[in-house]
Amino acid sequence: MITSIQLVLALFIIFAISRAYLRFREKVITSAVFMLWSVVWLTALIVVLSPPTTSKMANFLGIGRGVDFVLYVSLAILFYLVFRLYVMIEDLRHEITYLVRQIALQNPSKKPKRRRRT
Amino acid sequence: MKAQIIVPAFNESQIIFKVLTSLPKKLKGISDIETILVNDGSQDDTLEQAEKAKVQTVSHVINRGLGAAIKTGIEWAKSKNTDIIITFDSDGQHDSADIPKIIKALITQKADLVIGSRFLKKQKIPLDKLLINKFANLATFLMFGVKSSDSQSGMRAFSKEAIKLIDFKGERMDFSSEILYEAKRNNLRIVEVPIKAIYTPYSRGKGQKHLNAIPILIRFLVRFLR
Repeated sequence: MITSIQLVLALFIIFAISRAYLRFREKVITSAVFMLWSVVWLTALIVVLSPPTTSKMANFLGIGRGVDFVLYVSLAILFYLVFRLYVMIEDLRHEITYLVRQIALQNPSKKPKRRRRT
Repeated sequence: MKAQIIVPAFNESQIIFKVLTSLPKKLKGISDIETILVNDGSQDDTLEQAEKAKVQTVSHVINRGLGAAIKTGIEWAKSKNTDIIITFDSDGQHDSADIPKIIKALITQKADLVIGSRFLKKQKIPLDKLLINKFANLATFLMFGVKSSDSQSGMRAFSKEAIKLIDFKGERMDFSSEILYEAKRNNLRIVEVPIKAIYTPYSRGKGQKHLNAIPILIRFLVRFLR
């Protein structure tokens, strides 16, 4: 028996997978990134539709409750994603600086000539 | 021998004319000396003041940070086939009379990177500046294994070899420590020379901010982990 919260979450996950697929089809994300997101969302779907799975995993890993297992894994994934985002922002910052530098170097001021004393 | 003095500036209209006009136009042993002001997206009339001082300028259309401005200056100098680069802060903290000293150290001591150190001789340094710089020196040593009495000094001289080999990524204040690391990585000879530090209410308001240390540390850690 599927509860209403399970239904809402499952629909949301299917929506998320469809968005990832669309981004992949538009070539906004690579196949590797699409695969990564698919694995993340499908895992979430399994957990939502079959909560005892988390308890089994928790027992296997020596964590008390299934919900704790979900929390730990989610936190680890979130930290990793924040790190990747930070790296991406840094890369973007470097690219912007490169552009700004090229514009600056291609448009130097004409060196003002010093007046010679006669 | 050609030398370029790189002066990075961001919103320094109050003092930049005085700083630029104080810089030497001739130096013993240097046949051609040029000052290049890198205007780092200033919102005030820093650029106009620099043009009034009749120096060459290049301008970032938006502010990219001290490290980025220095690197732009270095790229400019490279394109001019420069033999020596000197970096000089635009906030009036340095004394232009120290420039011959750091060039002399570069030539006579066969150094590749000369750091003008504010802490090698006894002089009046505000306590907060002293502490933040000591902390930066310690962080530079722990992260890069390079000992320096003034890792954050804005006054440096680069030899032709250093100009060619040193390549840093830091765009803000973090680039200073990275320069030292790059010098170490490329087996370049680093020499420190005592310089005068001029602390005025204006120059104290500029330079390394106390809270900058945290984002700098985070940026270094991310660069290590990526």
